[in-house]
Amino acid sequence: MMTNPTGRLTQGQFSFLPDLTDAEIALQIEYGLKKGYAWAVEYTDDPHPRNTYWEMFGMPMFDLNDAAGVMLELKSCRDTFPTHYIRLVAFDSTRGVETIAMSFIVNRPPVEPGFGLVRQETNGRTMRYTIRGYEAERAEGERYRK
Amino acid sequence: MATAPEIVGNSNPIMDKKKRYSAGVLKYRQMGYWDADYVPKETDTICLFRITPQEGVDPIEAAAAVAGESSTATWTVVWTDRLTACDSYRAKAFKVEPVPGIPGQYFAWVAYDLILFEEGSIANMTASLIGNVFSFKPLKAARLEDIRIPVAYLKTFKGPPTGIVVERERLDKFGRPLLGATTKPKLGLSGRNYGRVVYEGLKGGLDFMKDDENINSQPFMHWRDRFLYVMDAVNKASAATGEVKGSYLNITAATMEDMYERAEFAKELGSIIVMVDLVIGWTAIQSMANWCRKHDMLMHMHRAGHGTYTRQKNHGVSFRVIAKWLRLAGCDHLHTGTAVGKLEGDPLTVQGYYNVCRDSYTKQDLPRGLFFDQDWADLKKVMPVASGGIHAGQMHQLLDLFGDDVILQFGGGTIGHPAGIQAGAVANRVALECMVKARNEGKDIANEGPEILKKAAQFCTPLKQALDTWGDITFNYTSTDTSDYAVTPTASN
Repeated sequence: MMTNPTGRLTQGQFSFLPDLTDAEIALQIEYGLKKGYAWAVEYTDDPHPRNTYWEMFGMPMFDLNDAAGVMLELKSCRDTFPTHYIRLVAFDSTRGVETIAMSFIVNRPPVEPGFGLVRQETNGRTMRYTIRGYEAERAEGERYRK
Repeated sequence: MATAPEIVGNSNPIMDKKKRYSAGVLKYRQMGYWDADYVPKETDTICLFRITPQEGVDPIEAAAAVAGESSTATWTVVWTDRLTACDSYRAKAFKVEPVPGIPGQYFAWVAYDLILFEEGSIANMTASLIGNVFSFKPLKAARLEDIRIPVAYLKTFKGPPTGIVVERERLDKFGRPLLGATTKPKLGLSGRNYGRVVYEGLKGGLDFMKDDENINSQPFMHWRDRFLYVMDAVNKASAATGEVKGSYLNITAATMEDMYERAEFAKELGSIIVMVDLVIGWTAIQSMANWCRKHDMLMHMHRAGHGTYTRQKNHGVSFRVIAKWLRLAGCDHLHTGTAVGKLEGDPLTVQGYYNVCRDSYTKQDLPRGLFFDQDWADLKKVMPVASGGIHAGQMHQLLDLFGDDVILQFGGGTIGHPAGIQAGAVANRVALECMVKARNEGKDIANEGPEILKKAAQFCTPLKQALDTWGDITFNYTSTDTSDYAVTPTASN
């Protein structure tokens, strides 16, 4: 169990709020679609803060402009990876932006053990820090199972 | 409105070369610094000055003097001008208008040829534009209100070392403002105590903590000690939350050598960001920007000292000009005001500064004090920072005014929370996330904001405590710096 005030991983736009319902998720998707963003579903069992590349659950849905379609993809991802972290990511291709515009977690493992901090003492009082996920010790696909 | 002296008047440069260069003193307008028919070139820099001529000084002559003193002129005629292509070195005042509603003040437009400024040097540009001219006796006061920088010159600058887009990608934080807090008290904490505040704030939910502008290396806390404790706090908080965290390590110091030494140590410890104060000067800023670019480091700019020249409406340099220069010189974060907090700033004027930091193309917008169109030619964007006397109860106003690309810094509003620093951080993060969510859902946050916060406070005790403590605090003072141009908007170029 993580010891920060939420007791869980706080990446993404809405980790400090109660979990969004499907209806609330759909509203966020609609907001992004109105802005012209393309949605994608991504999942991982390695939520290290610097693990940039979560797995893509299919391609970004560039030509999709209906929230229900994104929700279907999300449902399918949740069915396949029920105990993985899943996030919805919106891309903005506007010149000069060309990056992610929204990102929030929509599925979590039942227990989130979090990360340990490994300190390596080096010259003087200088320290080298490594953040290591407790679950990351296990093989991919074996993590977050009871 | 006061009667304006005759200012459309004759431009009367002396065309006869012999007369023009005979020894003696001429009026600036006769020397070629005033040309009512001048059409600025695409490659010209254009400055808009607000001038207050001394009693009896003709406004056109005053404008010509500004052009002269900020380019080639000296007080008397010199024959050595004739050895040069002198006309191209002369800045040209080409338009003067009375400031609406303020007798005795005039807006003067002055154009500068591309050859006047060294490539990629703000120090050189400012030495001309705000050099001698601001002490010139025939003017009671002068203020550089705005500047149009031509793409040709802009492209000689590298701009922000990182920029908003890459910063967000490095931090893995999207679709919401970032949250920060300045470690308090500013002075007196030991390194160990200082790191405690950083740890609590970051673990509680902030993205950044920040050194204050005057935290360098005083007797109570040596800089190395601060860096070591702060980085332990940053990494511990990162592990506790699973998020990338940072703390702006202020590397401002007496010499460049000292600054490089501190920057290197910050890098060695794995900090993602360093911080400098505006008072280090343009050359030092550009040097540190180069260093940051080379070492994948974010550069936070605290605008310490700017009020000494930006605040008075009749004299100095508007902050929108400083912001433009800083975007060129290169910084990733820039304090640009809160509009609703304890520090100076009319909301529209402050929004103008934000636009200058974040736009790809800034459109002329007179109510926001933006006199020119400015093409930023794909230069990276600066993340504005709102810091100073703001609290969770204003979240709807802040999000409504500034949008997502901003860092909201609640120093007192985090550390002063009755239930502790972590609780303060939670209150701010929950207020932020619930407001972003509500806005995206289509709610009218400017009006429904207080209700949205109250509702979120039902599941979040720290937010409830914050609202109970600060909910009614506002700083409603009249701003000293507002755009005077909205009265009679006209095209400015």
